[in-house]
Amino acid sequence: MPYRILANLLQVLAVLLLSPLAAGVLNRLKEIVQSKRGPSIFQPYRDLWKLFHKDQVLSERSSWVFRATPYVVFITPIFVTLLIPVLTAHPLFLAFMADMVGAGFVLALGGFFAALGAVDTANPYGPMGASRTRMVGFLAEPVFVIVFFTVSFVAGSTIPYIVQKHWIASPASFLEPSHVLLLAAFFMLILAETGRIPVDSASGHFELAMIEESKSLEYSGSGAALMKWGGYMKLLVLMCVYLNVLVTPWGLATEQRLAQVLVAIPLVAAKVLLFLLALVVVESSLAKLRLFRISEFLGAAFITCVAAMVSRLFTA
Amino acid sequence: MTDPPFTAALDALNALACGLFLLAAFAIVATRQTRGCLLLFIGQSLLLAASAFVLGVKYQSLHLVAVGAVNLVSKPIVIPWILRRTLSAEVYARREIDQVLNIPISLLIALILAVLAYFLTLPMLSAVAPQFRSANVPIGFAGLLLGAYTLTVRREAVPMLIGILAMENGAFFAGIALSRDLPFIVELAIASDGLVLVFVTGVLVRAIQRHIGSTRVGELVSLREESPAPGAGAEETP
Repeated sequence: MPYRILANLLQVLAVLLLSPLAAGVLNRLKEIVQSKRGPSIFQPYRDLWKLFHKDQVLSERSSWVFRATPYVVFITPIFVTLLIPVLTAHPLFLAFMADMVGAGFVLALGGFFAALGAVDTANPYGPMGASRTRMVGFLAEPVFVIVFFTVSFVAGSTIPYIVQKHWIASPASFLEPSHVLLLAAFFMLILAETGRIPVDSASGHFELAMIEESKSLEYSGSGAALMKWGGYMKLLVLMCVYLNVLVTPWGLATEQRLAQVLVAIPLVAAKVLLFLLALVVVESSLAKLRLFRISEFLGAAFITCVAAMVSRLFTA
Repeated sequence: MTDPPFTAALDALNALACGLFLLAAFAIVATRQTRGCLLLFIGQSLLLAASAFVLGVKYQSLHLVAVGAVNLVSKPIVIPWILRRTLSAEVYARREIDQVLNIPISLLIALILAVLAYFLTLPMLSAVAPQFRSANVPIGFAGLLLGAYTLTVRREAVPMLIGILAMENGAFFAGIALSRDLPFIVELAIASDGLVLVFVTGVLVRAIQRHIGSTRVGELVSLREESPAPGAGAEETP
């Protein structure tokens, strides 16, 4: 029992404390590729520290939604952390509370509140970004559903721990076309969901072109810090689902021993680093798509995913 | 036959080639750029050759390895070379290809065609001995249908040609799984047929380009008299 509590705590703390580092490493890698000097990998921590020590400015016209949004955005990735394998290969307390689709809906709740909070103030850029996010969101939704439908079709379940066991148990099915195509589709989905380059430029500062960023323009002080931190955690959580469940299901703690959980942290960090390298290659080599081309990008993701399912049908 | 784990690995590799082949066929339908279309076709041909090599090793058939070799030389190397020689660089620089339908709808129709291919090949597969059943047949058939579809919806000459070539790729892809002992001369004949096809179409496209200044054959919808009287009602789109 104490082990389980500790493991859960470690899991949440790892996501909470290492997610700004992941964001910092990503930015640093991008700047190295673009031959810039750039800030250190610990800059996100400094940003968060600075923002938490600043006063928050709230519009008199805003409602409780605006005030509650940073907390919802901050809390939802932590909930998802409890549902997915971050460090352990065996299920923890809440693992069977929801499957990957459920985890996706918990994340979508955060996105929903962020959109509402953006509309709540009278800032013209907020609603614009919110409506664009909704557009990307409803185009990504069918991909999301089909991805997990295909996962359950191949692995027999959508509970992340069981899916992970399936891939570990049958390494031969790793080269299966359905698996490879599924990975490609999920990767495209992550790019769209976290506002990465072919869909949205995360480092852009031009309000008219923003999708994801413009929703948090009105926040200041601790509210802005929570929104930022929530965004970092969302990226890390999605990477964990992708890496620990689908791409490389190895390297997690298999036995119920605390030492193994601690060893799993650097292993997972190494996997995340590799993923970030791939992300940097994608972000540095592609251009941002025009807004109405996003439907084609996500349409391609949808087709990739359905092709995964169809080829499963073909090879079975 | 070789030992089981080796055969299983070969099967896995072949299945992977099948999945990527299907993805390449979809991508040829969806891509906007002429150059991208050609590159995808080259990739698809490489996958076809890979699948032929893998099946050749699996069934220890020299014919399949020869088919792979012919494909490896003719499609990724010779066909792009011929196209580059006959067509001007302007054709490849074009980024926006016209389609009759927009791309998402086009992709959905392509998807329906792929599922249709599966059901069309079910009876064909049940006629084959179980150890020779593989995903090549339905996926090759899907490649054939998707190539025909590309040919139908594109309005640009070079992507249409690539549609025809993708059809041929699909037919080959299904063929290598169905017949392991096709006479080599037939394979050579088909491959050289493809080359002649590319050459003739390339010359034709070049002539079209010289006459009307572009290769957008989708706009050639009305006939014109050879010596047009002024205002004779023959419509011509610029």
